[in-house]
Amino acid sequence: MSTAQDTSADIAGTRPAAGKSILTVPLVASLATLGLLIVVPLFLKNFVVFQLTMIVIYAIAILSLNILTGASGQVSLGHSAFFAVGAYATGIMMEHANVPYLLAIPIAGVICFVIGFLFGFPALRLKGVYLALATFALAVAAPPLFKLGTFEHWTGGVQGLLVTKPEPPFGLDISQDRYVYYLSLTIALIIYLLSVNLLNSRSGRALMAIRDNEIAASSMGVDLALYKTLAFGISAGFTGIAGALGAITVAYVAPDAYTFNFAIALFLGMVIGGVGWLPGSLAGAAFIVFVPNIAEGISKGLSYAVFGVFIFAVIFLLPNGARQLAYYLYAQIKKLVSRF
Amino acid sequence: MQGQPLLAVRDVSVVFGGIVALNNVSFDLRQGNILGLIGPNGAGKTTLFNCLSRLYQPSKGDILVDGASILSRPAHKICDVGIGRTFQNVALFPNLSVADNIRVGAHSHTKSDIVSDALHLPWTRRQEHTLNERVDEIIAYLDLQAVQDQLVSGLPFGTQKRVELARALAAEPKILLLDEPAGGLNHEEVHVLGDLIRRIRDDRKITVLLVEHHMGLVMSIADHVVALNFGSKLAEGTPAQVQSNPDVIKAYLGSKDQ
Ligand SMILES: Nc1ncnc2c1ncn2[C@@H]1O[C@H](COP(=O)(O)OP(=O)(O)O)[C@@H](O)[C@H]1O
Ligand SMILES: [Mg+2]
Repeated sequence: MSTAQDTSADIAGTRPAAGKSILTVPLVASLATLGLLIVVPLFLKNFVVFQLTMIVIYAIAILSLNILTGASGQVSLGHSAFFAVGAYATGIMMEHANVPYLLAIPIAGVICFVIGFLFGFPALRLKGVYLALATFALAVAAPPLFKLGTFEHWTGGVQGLLVTKPEPPFGLDISQDRYVYYLSLTIALIIYLLSVNLLNSRSGRALMAIRDNEIAASSMGVDLALYKTLAFGISAGFTGIAGALGAITVAYVAPDAYTFNFAIALFLGMVIGGVGWLPGSLAGAAFIVFVPNIAEGISKGLSYAVFGVFIFAVIFLLPNGARQLAYYLYAQIKKLVSRF
Repeated sequence: MQGQPLLAVRDVSVVFGGIVALNNVSFDLRQGNILGLIGPNGAGKTTLFNCLSRLYQPSKGDILVDGASILSRPAHKICDVGIGRTFQNVALFPNLSVADNIRVGAHSHTKSDIVSDALHLPWTRRQEHTLNERVDEIIAYLDLQAVQDQLVSGLPFGTQKRVELARALAAEPKILLLDEPAGGLNHEEVHVLGDLIRRIRDDRKITVLLVEHHMGLVMSIADHVVALNFGSKLAEGTPAQVQSNPDVIKAYLGSKDQ
């Protein structure tokens, strides 16, 4: 978390350096990435667009985890549960109550915000590995609850729930897959901007102060309980929105899609992207979607072993993940520019 | 003769599982004074600070600011009565920049909610603007311009102590608690620090409660001195009175670190 010594505490990766033009390297890089995300899917097959959609959705969930862990210092190995609640809430609202998907998505976010906020209270008493275990319990408890016969009418039990994939509005002549992709990208962009704003504000500084030193933070007037529970709420709320988008993208909600493995994958994505660095969430999401496929391409039988080697290589070479790579490239570009 | 003290410590006792860290300690801190709190290691000075900032709860006694008890306030509401502090071993936010550390210092003087912050509503932007002006002023006052965008974790100890002082000033306290600010400083730096503490009191009208091991510093800047030993008050008075008190001399000669 600390190789970027000279970069200040720029968790959002967006603050322009003092005295420079506003067209900074990070800004140009962000806009270029966004440009690619908008243009490239126009030329891709529907299946690849679907995969890209999943990357964007996972990036939202990883970014949410980053707000909790990277900013407020609370570890979660249970974000699959919030994702699942978002997905089920959306599926149930759409299929049982005919709620339009554009309404169901934010409602799912609010439901998860409330659940996360409430979970934040018992979490106040837990630190480090104990909090990791408590959230782990959440992750293992969720799938069996969704399978439970009592709720079967709503959740579809072990069968899961089919969800209607939305049609493009206004008679737009694009495929459903592309429409869902651009919808997800728009929502991801909004969540990203809100998060950057949040972390660059009084609330964000309070969260990071808590992460760095709770006693000093409370002596400065920071209400630990308030901010730590809010961090849980915000993180769960955004993850719930990711879950909602996941439900309409896959058009199916099934309990076994949200196991503990998925929670670990999100955690892995956060580490690969760089803990505490929001732009890294996209790189982390790409890693957890593509690298298992690549590993399977190398060896079907040993795909997990190959995947493990990939993880090991990244953590060994880039302990601070994509963030480290980005800062390295940034330094190289600055050197190059200063020569002219 | 004088009116109500700004801070009154009344018969405060603190016990840690058998160890009496503070034993019926009482003293007054008057508006505009610099009060030196001295005593050998383990005398209970930091424990008293932790009671004042509500990190510890006294088992007995009361602490009054402007005549009102502060003992029912939670730690995060203590800046609201005007108490700010530094820590003996520096308790900064190591992964935040110097400027952000100081901004957090002003947390209690600003307000916001997560929705307004996430939307960067105009009123929060105006507040940030005012805050930045105040932070810039403090950075200039403590000569921290050169390091203001750097992470705190990479700075030398002496600079970190100045950042911590800056963070405490950002809360605009009425009473500033300094826990061994001269620790780790060389002779020259201690001299500069003494001037700085006096300037803070004079320019900013801040009353100072100074815990210090460095007798020279306390004796040169304090208006009033309280000496503790093994949790009890040993002596109280002007620097000269306390310095010549036989019990104080004995306590200091008896401890190895002075
Ligand atoms: N949290 C604590 N738990 C147990 N004992 C403590 C604690 N804090 C301080 N003490 C004890 O209280 C006594 C006074 O300590 P302290 O206030 O740190 O002294 P000083 O700051 O004067 O050097 C010491 O004996 C110390 O060991
Ligand atoms: Mg001490």
